[in-house]
Amino acid sequence: MIGEGAHFEFIAWAYAGVLVLTVGLIAYVAWDARRVKARLAALDKAGIRRRSAGARS
Amino acid sequence: MSGFGALIGRDLKLAFRAGGEALTLVLFFVMVAVIVPFAIGPDRPQLSRLAPGIVWIAAFLSMLLGLDRLFRADDEDGSLTLLRHSSLPLEAVVAAKVIAHWLVTALPLLVATPVLALLLSMSWEQWGRTVLALVIGTPGLVSFGALGAAVTVGLRRGGLIAPVLILPLAIPVMIFGVGMLDPLAGSGATLFLIALSLVVTAFSPFAAALALRAAGE
Amino acid sequence: MSVDTVKQPNWFSRLAHPGQFLAWSRYLIWPLGIATALSFAIGLYFAFFNSPEDYQMGDMVRVMYVHVPNAWLSQLVYGVMAVSALGTLVWRHPLADVANKAAAPLGAVFTALALYTGALWGRPTWGTFWEWDGRMTSTLVLLLIYLGIIALWRAFDDQLKAGRIIAIVTLVGALNLPVIKFSVDWWNTLHQPASVFTASGPHMPISILTPLLVMMLAFTLLFALLQVVRMRTEILRRRAETLSRQAALGATK
Repeated sequence: MIGEGAHFEFIAWAYAGVLVLTVGLIAYVAWDARRVKARLAALDKAGIRRRSAGARS
Repeated sequence: MSGFGALIGRDLKLAFRAGGEALTLVLFFVMVAVIVPFAIGPDRPQLSRLAPGIVWIAAFLSMLLGLDRLFRADDEDGSLTLLRHSSLPLEAVVAAKVIAHWLVTALPLLVATPVLALLLSMSWEQWGRTVLALVIGTPGLVSFGALGAAVTVGLRRGGLIAPVLILPLAIPVMIFGVGMLDPLAGSGATLFLIALSLVVTAFSPFAAALALRAAGE
Repeated sequence: MSVDTVKQPNWFSRLAHPGQFLAWSRYLIWPLGIATALSFAIGLYFAFFNSPEDYQMGDMVRVMYVHVPNAWLSQLVYGVMAVSALGTLVWRHPLADVANKAAAPLGAVFTALALYTGALWGRPTWGTFWEWDGRMTSTLVLLLIYLGIIALWRAFDDQLKAGRIIAIVTLVGALNLPVIKFSVDWWNTLHQPASVFTASGPHMPISILTPLLVMMLAFTLLFALLQVVRMRTEILRRRAETLSRQAALGATK
């Protein structure tokens, strides 16, 4: 019914949109994880840590 | 049971004493219908065709606007904490407040519908069916609203979140409410709307009470 | 260092304890990441180079390979959230509300992608980007519910209280979703008797089914990976918040 390659732009847009959003989501999740880890590390450096982690260093 | 009745009476008294909250809501309800012809043009046949939908949108928005009042004032002055520890179960407290809220917000809207029918050139038959749909559907709307109000009662910035949260959940009420006006599928929609409204009204006090308990912990 | 006198926790409390979760879920991330990348590679290879055109949809069948997995995930993620809501309310599982909070934005993104690819699919097949088709409409309502839950998570300061309240909302939403689906379908047939969108499900030839299933696996693995990472981040965030609150308390003493 539909000719070959007639809808290339739709396919390209679909995959591009999915790519941008999923990569964006992965980047956001990774950035968020790093931010929280950095915050914990900063707290640790300031000598603020959990009682259970007191034995370390 | 006497506590239940007393609670409804108290809420009604407070609503009328606080002066015009219900009246303002009716005003809003009528105003939505007044601005629609400015937006879509004063073509009478077209208006009459769209009228039930417009009335439902106006009712939907008014109910959502009003629901923030349901528990907030009682939470702020501490009476909700008292009610939580009263001999009446919290579920019954919520049910009483839902009934009072329906009487204060939904009933005046029903009384105001003839004005809208006139403005939107609805036929009397159309008006009657719309009112019937609203009578069946608004308890469901208020009950969904009670859930939204209970969930956001602890939030200082909860005013807008409750409507946003409840609106998608209440879409079926709207669909069947407007569907009742359909000449072919109307009777089916009536039954669905009755079922939906009954189920939601029966279950929402329990869910709302659960949320109020969680918020008060 | 574990103390010998302490009874070894059974698998359920290992699952439940946030610290234990952090310990064992660490070993999940790399395998999950590699499996996700591999299945995406295989799935995309099939999707682009090794699958025929559908006799009816032509090249557009390739959009299906990203549309169907996202549509599937939009439902699956809500299912995960509903189960975690039960976990919060019934068992007071300490990780359940973390799972709910972690999953909500993921579900919203997958649902948005399902709608986006659905619209692009609809343009050539239906001639319009948006059709008030039953399936698309209820997916749109699902997206609104996800966004409402995210807004609610952001509105609360006390995350533990938020967990219980949002669990109630999630469950009400889960009970209401079939009603919404039913009402939207009913409304749809009222206004448009002929269904445009007929699923060809099991009639699909194996050459189209293979890339589809691989892509579904890939997206599901991606969700699992992101969910684990987000849950770990959330636990650590709460830990950091508790620590800085304790530090602030200590400073005032």
